[in-house]
Formats: sequence, C-alpha cells, structure tokens
Amino acid sequence: MTETEARLKALMLLGLDGDAPAYRLLLSLLGGRLRAYFERRMRDAPGDVEDLVQETLMAVHTRRATYDRAQPFTPWAFALARYKLIDHWRRRKIRVTVPIDDYVEVLAAYAPEPGSAMDLERALDTLPQRQRDLVRGVKIEGLSLAQAGARAGVSEGAAKVALHRALKALGERMRGRADG
Amino acid sequence: MRTDDLIDQLATDPRPIREGAVQRRFLGVAVAGALAALVLVLVWLHTRHDLAEAMTGRMFWMKATYTALLALAGFWALERLARPDGAPRRALIFGAAVLVVFVVAGLTQGLLSTPEQRMIMLRGHSWTVCAGNILTLSLPGLAAALLVLRRMAPTRPALTGFAAGAFAGGVAATIYGLHCAESTMVFVGVWYTLGVLVVGALGALIGRWALRW
Repeated sequence: MTETEARLKALMLLGLDGDAPAYRLLLSLLGGRLRAYFERRMRDAPGDVEDLVQETLMAVHTRRATYDRAQPFTPWAFALARYKLIDHWRRRKIRVTVPIDDYVEVLAAYAPEPGSAMDLERALDTLPQRQRDLVRGVKIEGLSLAQAGARAGVSEGAAKVALHRALKALGERMRGRADG
Repeated sequence: MRTDDLIDQLATDPRPIREGAVQRRFLGVAVAGALAALVLVLVWLHTRHDLAEAMTGRMFWMKATYTALLALAGFWALERLARPDGAPRRALIFGAAVLVVFVVAGLTQGLLSTPEQRMIMLRGHSWTVCAGNILTLSLPGLAAALLVLRRMAPTRPALTGFAAGAFAGGVAATIYGLHCAESTMVFVGVWYTLGVLVVGALGALIGRWALRW
C-alpha cells in the first residue's frame, strides 16, 4: 500500500513536469485502483463504474494543478473520486424510487459475499415468526404465495401483505447495515 | 470511449504544471481584483482629499491592516479549499480571530464613549454607502476568484464561495481605504466588517451552484 503510494506519487511528480510516459503509466495504474474503488461502492449499478472511472481520470487530469507536491498522492486522487461518487449518487437520487421487490435483488446481489448469508439470517431473525416463514417459503424455497400462506395458516392475500411488509423491513435493515 | 483510449488522449504531451500553481493563481486574482477596485476608486469614487496627510496617521493603516488580514485569511482558506483534500480549519479560525479582534476593538471604543459620540462615530459620514461600496468594488475580484476556482477542485462549494467573497472583499475594502475618510474603530468594526461579510455571503450564494464540477 505505502509502496504503491510512493510509486504513484513519483509518477505524478514526473507527469507534472511533463513526462508523458510516466503520466500515462500513472493514469492506467490509477484507473485500475479507481475501478476497484467504484466497483466496491456501486454494486447496484455496475454499468456506471466505467463512467465514473473515466470522469475521475479526467478530473485528475484537468485539475492536477490542485495537487500539492508536498502531500501524498493517493488521498488527493481518491478525494476526487469520492466527490464524483457523491455527485453521482446525488444526481441518481432524484430519479430513482425503489419498489419493494427490488430489495430482493439487492439481497441476492449480496449473497455471494462471505458472511452475507449470516447477515441475512440475522436480519430474518428480527422479523416476527409468521413473516419470517413467509420470506423463507417464497423468496428462499421458491414456494408460491398460496402455498407459503397455507403453510403459515393465512390466506393468499394476507400472505402477500405480510410478505410485502417483511421485505420492506428486511430491506431497511440490510440497507441500514450497508450504510453503517 | 474506452478508458485506455481516454488515458492515451490525456497522456499525450501533458502540459507541465509549475510548483505553487494554486497560490500563483490566487495571487493573480488578488492583483487583478486590487487593480480593478483601484480603477473604480479613481474614476468613480475618487481618493480622499487628505490622502497624503492621512497616510501618515495611525487610523489609515489600522483600517488597511484589518482588511488586508481578512484578505489574507481568505487567500489562505482558498488555497486549502481549492484542493479536494484540503483542510481549511486553521485558515477559518485565523479569519474569525482577526474579525473578532477588530469588532471587539470597535465595540470597546463605542462603549467607552458617551451615547451621542457613539452614534456620531457609528454613522460617520458614509455609513449608508460603506458596505455597498465595498461590495461594488469587490465584484471584479469575486468574479475572477470564482472563475479560477471553477478550474480547481473544491469539494465544498458554499464554503469555498464564502472564502472567495471574503478574499475579494478584503482586497476591495483595503483599496476602498484610499477613498473612505472614516477614522474610528467603531465605524470600521461595524461597516467594513459588514461589507466584507456581505461579499462573503454573495460568494457563498453563487458558489453553491457555480462551483460544482
């Protein structure tokens, strides 16, 4: 990590002096790290990752005069990336209203990550017994609403309402954890 | 466009950037802002008739010191805020300290006087126009500072706009001292402070949308 910083900073200083090959190497090394940075934070919109990488690289280029040679390079570059990311979210927020069912996709997207199955279990445990059974039945075991409702001893309509509430609560809980 | 193509494009013959580029640009803004304010004073407000004599007095330099220190605080804060990872805290504390010292000095002078004297000092000859004149004189400098900032990387647009306003206001108020014949701490502590703060507020207002990138 610190070795990378020393290397990136040396390349940046060369680039500031007009050394084109060093500057190109800097941008492509940085591009890889930016991609990883945005991928970690943009699981819900992987299609936008490359746009953000490019926007940040352009900001690094056009605003490189604001880099203070006495300071480390990585915090400066990632401060630009963070600004672009927040700006992206801010622009997004205006348009996107998320229907409840989308939380299921969010949960599914988290699934391959180690530990997330446990997180899901823990979140499920906080739900009332009936809601928990319905979520398990419909979303994990793949039963129909009527089947799961019958198993829980409620009508299909009541099962639908209860499942809706359960997913909403679950989504809020998972999201709260991701934000925290 | 593919990212690799973009990198090739950006890395073709990068223009060298000199050390201290940020400071240099804001110094340029200060010089341009001061010159513009000076021209406005010379052709519009005119210098005070007793300028040569006043320049030998203590109060002339006291006023200039106050506003120049505010400009310096603005410069320092801008130099930090123009960078995405710059921490402006110490610059802001310095600016607030300068302001408090001179406002308290004005209050003290006012409290030590009789009520009639206090009102005379507070109004001076130009209390109705002082803040407005400072605002007008600072507009070219404020515009220049904001234009320069648009090519930098501020991440706090309103605060950066405020610093730009305080910077331009401080520079303009210092030049305004060539015209303004007021010579009490009460007057300076109230109306000069108000003038610079108004420019700061205007800068914050414009910065909120002009300093997004």
